[in-house]
Amino acid sequence: MTRSKLELQGVSKAFEGKAVLREVDLTVQPHEVVCLIGSSGSGKSTMLKCVNLLVPIDAGTILLDGADITASGVNANQVREEMGIVFQAFNLFPHMTVLDNITLSPRKVHGVSKADAQDKARELLESFGLSDKTDEYPDRLSGGEQQRVAVIRALATEPELMLFDEVTSALDPELVAEVLNVIRGLKDDGMTMVIATHEMGFARDVADQVCFLDQGRILEHGPPGQIFSSPSEARTEQFLQRIIEAGRL
Amino acid sequence: MTGQQPIEDVGGGPSLFGPPRAPRGREEGTRAALIAFASSMIFIGVVLWVVLTSDAWPAVQKQFFNWDRFVEVFPKILRGFWLDIKMFLVAEVIILAVALLIAMIRSLRGPAFFPLRALAVIFIDLIRGIPVILLILLLGFGIPALQLPGVPNGALFWGLTALIISYSAYTAEVYRAGIESVHESQRMSARSLGLTQGQALRHVIVPQAIRNVIPALLNGFVSLQKDVALVLVLGVREAVREADIYAASTFNYTGYIAAALLFLLVSVPVARFTDWYTNRDRRKKQSVST
Repeated sequence: MTRSKLELQGVSKAFEGKAVLREVDLTVQPHEVVCLIGSSGSGKSTMLKCVNLLVPIDAGTILLDGADITASGVNANQVREEMGIVFQAFNLFPHMTVLDNITLSPRKVHGVSKADAQDKARELLESFGLSDKTDEYPDRLSGGEQQRVAVIRALATEPELMLFDEVTSALDPELVAEVLNVIRGLKDDGMTMVIATHEMGFARDVADQVCFLDQGRILEHGPPGQIFSSPSEARTEQFLQRIIEAGRL
Repeated sequence: MTGQQPIEDVGGGPSLFGPPRAPRGREEGTRAALIAFASSMIFIGVVLWVVLTSDAWPAVQKQFFNWDRFVEVFPKILRGFWLDIKMFLVAEVIILAVALLIAMIRSLRGPAFFPLRALAVIFIDLIRGIPVILLILLLGFGIPALQLPGVPNGALFWGLTALIISYSAYTAEVYRAGIESVHESQRMSARSLGLTQGQALRHVIVPQAIRNVIPALLNGFVSLQKDVALVLVLGVREAVREADIYAASTFNYTGYIAAALLFLLVSVPVARFTDWYTNRDRRKKQSVST
């Protein structure tokens, strides 16, 4: 059996006494795409932030390539170098050009020379159709463009695992597709991804495994065909029913 | 440690003296300007009339506004003022750097940095709790009295050091306000890219923070530019001290007026620039958000 890329074992997290994650178990194989679905507040975002070590967990273990990254003494900065995360609100650095946003981490964290980092960034911008935005500041870009730059920024450090935290939720509807297509492209390249999303059509399309989160628990998981057409849990069915009523599936 | 602006908005004046006004018709603009001009003239006229017709005015004029005395004392005051300017420039550069360092230390997170954070807080609290003038007296007279080997004993040195220490504490708090005004998500996204706390502060948080507090920093400039005169209590012969000496030997206070004029000459433009910059910055932000 091949070693899993990412593994969560009994991960729990509470904020001020309120449980947000309750003993979550999840295994992500290399090149696998896992979509996390569930209503707001079900713990999807927190789960991704825990994996990125932005939020310390209360109990459980997270393994990356078989190594425990939640053990004490682990250098969080080194762990983060292995993965990229993209947030709902883009979070580009407003005082830097697109190029500087992308090259900051390769240069300062990975010790890549300025010229090499810029060449790589330009290459990525080119392949994402953003060449003409290279020297713009983020506030001159549309939401979709900003989010694509955020994806490139996360990719520039050549991570082996990408985390997406509701990356289309803050976008105007007509800009959603351009960002989702970028993620589809990453799947074709074999990137391992964990994606928290409200885009059910996209999840059904792109996921190898779908997890339905409810009140901090992974209530059920399985291939998208099974989750979306014959969920075994009543809660999942209810959730999907509401999504269908809203015309989002 | 005041930061007031020396010029009050007299209403309807050019936008240099107040917030930007909504665009309006040319006719209305002319009328507003006329009203502003007339009311200003009446106000100034009344004040002048009250002062100039008071019984004691001739004596005051002789003591404070004596042209011959002015010509006599001005070169001395100017020489002293040049020292004020030099003190200001040297102190300001050091303050901006030291204060930023303190603010960054205070913004570090995690239990490992607790001692550093605590030191920064204690420093800021202690220094802000002591009047600047007292700090100048304590350092200026106290440290030379210790006769420590290898430590400079000059009044100028210690007076300036006291100012730098005092202003660094205040300016550190200005920076800290700026650092806290940068949204948490910026820190998070910098950390998620693998940047250390220090790198995140230096490359992501602080550049944005400084932009946010430039008006407050400029205000501090105006304040310090005047407060450098406080080192006169140590006998440093800067502008106000020169005026003091002149007044003591001649019983004429025109030197104070000369010194006041020189200070105004520098601080008013900086204050106007601060307002102009703040307004421009606000307009920029508004135009981006719409």
